[in-house]
Amino acid sequence: MELYVDIEKQLGDFRLRSRFETGTERFALLGPSGCGKTMTLKCIAGIEKPDRGIIRLGDRVLFDSDNNINVRPRKRKTGFLFQNYALFPNMTVRENVLAAAGDPEYAGSLLARFGLEDVEGLYPRSLSGGQSQRTALARMLASEPDILMFDEPFSALDNYLAMRMERELMDILEQFPGPSILVTHDRNEAYRMADTIGVMESGSIVEVKERHDFFERPDTVAAARLTGCKNISAVSKTGEGTYYASDWGIEISCDDDGLGDAASVGYRAHYFTPVRAGESKNTFDCEIVRVTEDTFSVIVLFRQRGNVSDSDDSVLTWVADKNVWEAVRDDIAAGASGLAFDATKLMKLRGPEERTAGG
Amino acid sequence: MDYSPLFISLKIAVCATVITFITGMAAAWLVTYLNGAKHVVDALLSVPLVLPPTVVGFLLLVLFGRSSGFGRFLESVGIRVIFTWQGAVIAAAVVSFPIMYRGVRGAIEQVDENLIYAARTLGMKESTILRRVVIPAARPGIAAAVVLAFARSLGEFGATIMVAGNLPGKTRTMSVAVYTAMQSGNRALAMKWVLIITCFSLAILILMNIFTEAGGRAPRSKRVG
Repeated sequence: MELYVDIEKQLGDFRLRSRFETGTERFALLGPSGCGKTMTLKCIAGIEKPDRGIIRLGDRVLFDSDNNINVRPRKRKTGFLFQNYALFPNMTVRENVLAAAGDPEYAGSLLARFGLEDVEGLYPRSLSGGQSQRTALARMLASEPDILMFDEPFSALDNYLAMRMERELMDILEQFPGPSILVTHDRNEAYRMADTIGVMESGSIVEVKERHDFFERPDTVAAARLTGCKNISAVSKTGEGTYYASDWGIEISCDDDGLGDAASVGYRAHYFTPVRAGESKNTFDCEIVRVTEDTFSVIVLFRQRGNVSDSDDSVLTWVADKNVWEAVRDDIAAGASGLAFDATKLMKLRGPEERTAGG
Repeated sequence: MDYSPLFISLKIAVCATVITFITGMAAAWLVTYLNGAKHVVDALLSVPLVLPPTVVGFLLLVLFGRSSGFGRFLESVGIRVIFTWQGAVIAAAVVSFPIMYRGVRGAIEQVDENLIYAARTLGMKESTILRRVVIPAARPGIAAAVVLAFARSLGEFGATIMVAGNLPGKTRTMSVAVYTAMQSGNRALAMKWVLIITCFSLAILILMNIFTEAGGRAPRSKRVG
């Protein structure tokens, strides 16, 4: 079974343009809050109505504005796990799971499968976070949906419980024959749980990639940021093999025409190496902005000395081993040493994405 | 002392509350579904709340009196509304309807909408959702609306006296009894009724507080910030 989504919806100044398809692999929608991930799920479930477009699930058309098709949510068979679980407060765990079950026997077996038999007589208010989520999962599966959708499923749980529930969710997904969509703002969660990742930014899906590809070779500024790339700058070509990184305020020289027509570049915070000043090209003369000690490393925020840009990206991040930092800190502060970057390790990026103006 | 005004008041208030409960629930549920005309419909349904009761009484007299076609029709089938306790029920129901309707609507609109969405995605019918999800979740607010509407019916004076008059043993309610006693100079009797009404009203308010407090403790789905 396949899900095909191509929808548009205007909400005040915000414009949602969601376009993707997914088969039975696990699909994650990754993006910052307010980017339209949850709205996309709600449109698929029929809770919100898109202005125009098509939503197809297998051979069923759920929504088609051209042909005036808008299947009611109750007929869509879309499983939706709400962020707050939305358990019915006036029903016990058992009643919740059975509330919409077509097959009471199957629903009963779900109670056992999720280990809810001990608490089946309790009301949601007396459940722990994990029990609440299991109840919501069992209730969702009891309605025998064709697709599973999860809206930030772990945001209400503490770290330890989130990891445990993540494994339980993986078990469910592995046994589920249809498509599944996970909405999250956590890149690690998306990486652990999904096969394919779609990046959303201000209402649009800007990139869809297999998860390894996505983390190693992001194409867009939005995706690069979501993969945790801290250092990003717009670049412009200034000559043969030379570019100017305007946010960083530094000239980049490549051996060949390395950056092509990239509009921006990204550089991982781990990849800097301290060098003596003047020893190599592509070296930052660092003005230290802030140094934060982390558990096993030191996070050094710096900017190119004399850089007049005041963009957020003018401050770069270097994550250094503690002993490396100890050895070079004084030299860097004095300007005797700088931080070199390897031009071949620069990520070539499209964007920054043009905002949703126009078509 | 003739206690008939107490029983007449209670009879009228109970009947009026039953009527407003059914109509108020239906109206509240329908209005939450409206989109465009919501404000207009809501204003029309709420208007008896802001009109002076005498205006409501006047309008009811016009509607049910012999001068209107509707009134003549009712008379021809043998139904009399003016100067009957049923007329008082109608007056009390019309005046207390907005309280019921607005209270129920407020309670319904405060139900976590995700509960309703979840119920829909699970495949539940709208009528089932109303019965099993919305009303139970809104129950404390609905109970408070019932109590308030009952209290308003119990104390109704202006519209009642215009539509049902002041017939001892038939349409003389407690609030009308206070007025009548004062008019005839019987301050002691008026004071008795005042005390009875005050005790009743206090009891009702305490009852409502208990309901609303229960609402605060009522089970709720976990909210995520």
